[in-house]
Amino acid sequence: MTAPAPAQDALAREVRQWLARNWDPNLSLAEWRERLADAGWGQPTWPTEYYGRGLNAEQALVVQAEFARIGAVGPATAGPRGLAAATLLEHGSDAQKKRYLRGITTGRDAWCQLFSEPGSGSDLAGATTRADWDGARWIVNGQKVWNTSAHHADYGILVARTDWNLPKHQGLSYFLIRMKQPGVEVRPLKQMNGHASFNEVFFTDAVVEADDLVGKPGQGWQVALTTLSHERAGFTSIRGAEKLRHGDQRIYREYAREIEIANEPYTWYPQRAGRIDMLLDRARESGAIEDPVARQEIAGAIALQRCLGWFGARGLAKGPAGSIAKLAASRVARAGNRAHTIVSGIDALFEGPDSPRDGIVGEILLSTPATSIAGGTDEVQKNIIAERILELPREPRFDDGPFKDVPRN
Amino acid sequence: MEFRFNDEQAQLRDVVARFCRDKAPSSAVRRVMATDTGHDHDAWRQMGAELGLIALHVPEDMGGLGFGAVELGIVMEELGRSLLPVPYLSSVLATSALAEIEDAAVREPLMAALVSGSKLATLVLDSTNGHPVSGELVAQDDRLTGSVRAVLDGHRADLLLVVVRAPHAPTLFAVDAASSGLTKRPLQVMDRTRRFAGFRFEQVPAARLGTLDDAQVERIYDTALVALANEMAGGAQALLEATVAYTRTRVQFGRTIGSFQAIKHRLADLLVDVELAKVAGYQAAAALAAGEDVSANASLAKFVTADAYMGAAREAIQLHGGIGFTWEHDTHLWYRRAKSSEVFLGTPAWHRERMIREMTA
Repeated sequence: MTAPAPAQDALAREVRQWLARNWDPNLSLAEWRERLADAGWGQPTWPTEYYGRGLNAEQALVVQAEFARIGAVGPATAGPRGLAAATLLEHGSDAQKKRYLRGITTGRDAWCQLFSEPGSGSDLAGATTRADWDGARWIVNGQKVWNTSAHHADYGILVARTDWNLPKHQGLSYFLIRMKQPGVEVRPLKQMNGHASFNEVFFTDAVVEADDLVGKPGQGWQVALTTLSHERAGFTSIRGAEKLRHGDQRIYREYAREIEIANEPYTWYPQRAGRIDMLLDRARESGAIEDPVARQEIAGAIALQRCLGWFGARGLAKGPAGSIAKLAASRVARAGNRAHTIVSGIDALFEGPDSPRDGIVGEILLSTPATSIAGGTDEVQKNIIAERILELPREPRFDDGPFKDVPRN
Repeated sequence: MEFRFNDEQAQLRDVVARFCRDKAPSSAVRRVMATDTGHDHDAWRQMGAELGLIALHVPEDMGGLGFGAVELGIVMEELGRSLLPVPYLSSVLATSALAEIEDAAVREPLMAALVSGSKLATLVLDSTNGHPVSGELVAQDDRLTGSVRAVLDGHRADLLLVVVRAPHAPTLFAVDAASSGLTKRPLQVMDRTRRFAGFRFEQVPAARLGTLDDAQVERIYDTALVALANEMAGGAQALLEATVAYTRTRVQFGRTIGSFQAIKHRLADLLVDVELAKVAGYQAAAALAAGEDVSANASLAKFVTADAYMGAAREAIQLHGGIGFTWEHDTHLWYRRAKSSEVFLGTPAWHRERMIREMTA
């Protein structure tokens, strides 16, 4: 948008010099990431005392551009670790930041998110998983659902009820829980498109240490809002579509393996987003490129996708405006589904090997409905927009008063 | 990276916004609408002489202020948030076309007259250039023959700048509106704040300003699309705000209707339309300013903003209920502007097709 300022040139030079001294593709991934954490260049926007450089988002792009220029591997990004990090940076204690942020950015620890429950989806604050204080530790009982990567997570960010006598939003607390312990059982959950990317997680007297409470007891909802707003804003880009740089050296092999494992639950995410990028090629392939109706649909889908990308690239999807991006992503997905159907004609009957592009088209048609549900339904996003951006009055509610007396879902 | 307009651009926006608020309350718009020209001559004079807006986007070496498409987009968006009836868009089109003429000796006297506001010019594109305008013109020995269905502000322009392709390369001609052989027919337009006239040319003498290549003709057209797109985004935003405000005060069933989810969700959807429309307009303007090949994204901006604006106009009427369908309420004035803008320079469907054509060329 503007020419790089002199300050940005100096920053780029500093990154280049550091990379020249430190980047070595023959290091192990873990060794390299430790160097990154020591120097802070992996997480330019994090504070200097927590493995970052205290830079702004614009400066971070300069740093990333220098990494990309020479193909240097960045910090770990897999799974919901970014959500955990963002939440800890805002609400965590100094000790928690010291204890967890390093393992997040180096990739040593894998994370999962433990929010939704069978009885509380859109009404997330209606969670009934409980955490009870036994005098020394928190004891967790209950069930969570839709937990991506929970089966190989080391830690989870958990919302659980700690006080049943307070109104629903005030009785929740936010915890960091060790996943590898006897009281935690993880079972895969199969989705309508045949994949099993998520899990159900069952807690039976699982243990959370006293110092793994984030914020104070009863602040769980406010802390969770931070996590959720970061999750929504993430919908301006598509997970599972990261570009891999190939090389023979050790670090690239390890990195490719990391991405492969990390992306395993997300292989269908590009399809979920509607695969607008494939439309013109598919239309040429099927001959629909000559069909004026198909051309109209394709143009509409591409336009939506571009607008969403620009909205994100301009940094507009922040705070409640993340809901605008989330809703736009739902529209893109639906437009992609419609256009792919028109483009494929009778071939849209099939899935698996009989479906075009080795099943990708069938997977698009069976995956896009997830977009308007995952990360908060369209309906919840519209409430957020209406109440927090347009400042319209709230709906009357029937769930105030002590949570134990509230009609249960 | 968070995109921000710079301070100068923000100031420009404030100045135009304040000007439009002062000049275009509903009472003023309705008064001007009922006049023969349909233009607020006083406001127009101030926009030129005091605010310098007529010259805003004209290069400095051509006597303008030398701002780019981004600033022009800001002005258009703010104008679009009002219904101020001034011939700004036609002026932008004419000056943008004239700026493509390289011969300074030919260009300068005309540009000086347009930039100073002493003459009003408009641009005439015909269907032979591939643009969605019905009517064809032929040039022979510097005389123009043919007809054009609808020319923006043609009812009042002193000068027509005409792009004629046939029989040779696209050529820009200047035609005095008082020329013999030129028949003008003011049209009864839906949007009384934005007039059009039809023209018949019979051997009309025309001053040949210079030939244009195809890229220049497209740039003129794309500039027009992007300007109109930004104006439409502003209009959609204004309608959204007015409708949200109304639903906060209107009470039915003992509640403000804005507290009903059925209403809130429609308005949330509309906000998404408007936000995406704004970003489409900004992006196309930025690409135009950067000299990029903008045709696909100019068409994109045209249909995204047109759909958002029409959607906002429909929702505004619907959510106002019965009062929204009365003559007395302003919603229909906006609906008329939205419809006029949706159609002028090509319908959304036409631009979807153009975008795909550009992307697959």
